[in-house]
Amino acid sequence: MNPTMEAARPAPQAVPAAGFFRPWIRPGEWVERESVFSWLMLTPPLLFLLAFLGYPFVYGVFLSFFNRDVAGSATFVGLHNFINLWNDPVFWQSARNTVKFTVAACGLKMVGGLGMALVMNQNFRLKSLTRALLLLPFIVPTVLSTVAWQWILDPGMGLFNRLLAVSGLMQNGPSWLGNPTLAMVSIIIVNTWRGLPFFGISILSGLQTVPMELHESATIDGAGTWDRFRHITLPLLLPVILIVTTFSVIFTFFDFQLVYVLTGGGPANSTHLMATYAYALSMGGGQMGLGSAAALSMVPVLGLVLVALTYYVRKD
Amino acid sequence: MVGELTWQRRLFGLWIPMVALLVMGLFPFAWMAVTSLKTNAELYDPKAFPLAIHHPSLVHYIGLLKESNFVIWTANTMLVALISTAISLLLGSMLAYPLARMRFPGAALLALTVAVTYLVPQTLLFVPMADFINRLNLGNTLSAVILTYPTLLVPFCAWLLMGYFKTVPKELEEAALIDGASRWRAMTRVILPLCMPGFISAGIFAFTLAQNEFLYALLFLNRSNIRTVPIGVVGELIRGDAFYWGQLMAGAFLGCIPVILIYTFFVKYYVAGLTSGSVKG
Repeated sequence: MNPTMEAARPAPQAVPAAGFFRPWIRPGEWVERESVFSWLMLTPPLLFLLAFLGYPFVYGVFLSFFNRDVAGSATFVGLHNFINLWNDPVFWQSARNTVKFTVAACGLKMVGGLGMALVMNQNFRLKSLTRALLLLPFIVPTVLSTVAWQWILDPGMGLFNRLLAVSGLMQNGPSWLGNPTLAMVSIIIVNTWRGLPFFGISILSGLQTVPMELHESATIDGAGTWDRFRHITLPLLLPVILIVTTFSVIFTFFDFQLVYVLTGGGPANSTHLMATYAYALSMGGGQMGLGSAAALSMVPVLGLVLVALTYYVRKD
Repeated sequence: MVGELTWQRRLFGLWIPMVALLVMGLFPFAWMAVTSLKTNAELYDPKAFPLAIHHPSLVHYIGLLKESNFVIWTANTMLVALISTAISLLLGSMLAYPLARMRFPGAALLALTVAVTYLVPQTLLFVPMADFINRLNLGNTLSAVILTYPTLLVPFCAWLLMGYFKTVPKELEEAALIDGASRWRAMTRVILPLCMPGFISAGIFAFTLAQNEFLYALLFLNRSNIRTVPIGVVGELIRGDAFYWGQLMAGAFLGCIPVILIYTFFVKYYVAGLTSGSVKG
């Protein structure tokens, strides 16, 4: 056995907890302390996160109180950016759009995902292949599948309108991305299409932990399929569904790329989300302070969701 | 009678919804592939059935590879994804190991911080981040995204790895320490090798997320030859005239292939990671 290992051996017992900085302790022994070892490991990643995540966040808060264009210098304007946003109808429209988009898409994903999980929780051949195929929309780059959707929804030669024409239902299909209501429906459909498998597969893994015995004894007691679903499956799945939905709410609420690629926020701002509007203000309009303020306006929502989540986790 | 009921149940409870789900999930890929394999004459023929191909042709693929920087974008994407995944796994495991296995002052607060940073979306940070990267003079370099992607991936890797690290019994580590191993040796020789599935899972996810990332690439990569695939496809293949769909779909389809290949090889780890309750949806 080599000498360092010999030296390290008695460390856990022999060193009293009080002597944190005792000079006669060799570095080797010092490092063996649980807390010292922990903090030595933690320091590099924490420094990294502090520099590239903590600093930009603080700087973003700072920026939101300044008037600063892309090249120019910053002047302090206090709450002016936030007041501007408060009086900006497009900002409020984006906020309403974001809520509509999030509620509709997450609702659809939750119900659809539950359905997908119930269908997948049966025995059939090629089950794992099916599961792998169903997950595809979730794993391919969102931007690339969104571009495909843009082409599916193209008013002239897109798949939907071509199928409508070929089947004789409608000679000229609707302008999916040109009409405000349909454009909102379209972004909800595409977001749901992408996120559904995530719900489905997560809920499926929850379903697989529901004990068969419960179903069997309930069946003996005369419970039907619906009763068993309502009183056994659903209550046991609730934690999984809640966690998955919380995650999804956060990332749907802050979605950017789907709308940026599919509609660019149009027509007439009808699909602008808070994220795309913040981008338009800061990168399109060159007003970094205003854009930063718009992005930070989403924080309260994130905070609320996080508080709800921690409350729920604590309760468990 | 009973047999009939089961058969009907099977049809309406399994096969019809299953086929519907598969068609809904996969038709955009079919549409991508079909479009990319048709000549323009066939593609924009209003009388043809949209999903049939009569004269398959690789003309859009050849055009894509000749006329755009697609090959360079793919190489950039791979390079960026590989390096940022490596950084994220390293930093993520350094964060996860003490949090999952050790007792030290501040552990609870730190675990909460990691969870919160994991849930902070990049949409919240992109404005100051753009400014920050420009002031570091990293605008229009691959380093800009190599340095910023780990901000998304480190908390995520840490979160996923913590779950795996916790599964290794404490006794194994104690036995190694009693046998004279240092904490470092116990970690690198005993615990980490047992967590290989966790590293593969986290690595696959991080790699896929890095390949799919859009917003930071959009902000930082403005020159064609340093772009990644998502940003190149959206930024350069959508052209002014109306007849770009063939090449665009060829690019989108080719761009999906590396991700799909990796996914196919590691699908087991992917599903394991997904269902460990730590993936963003």
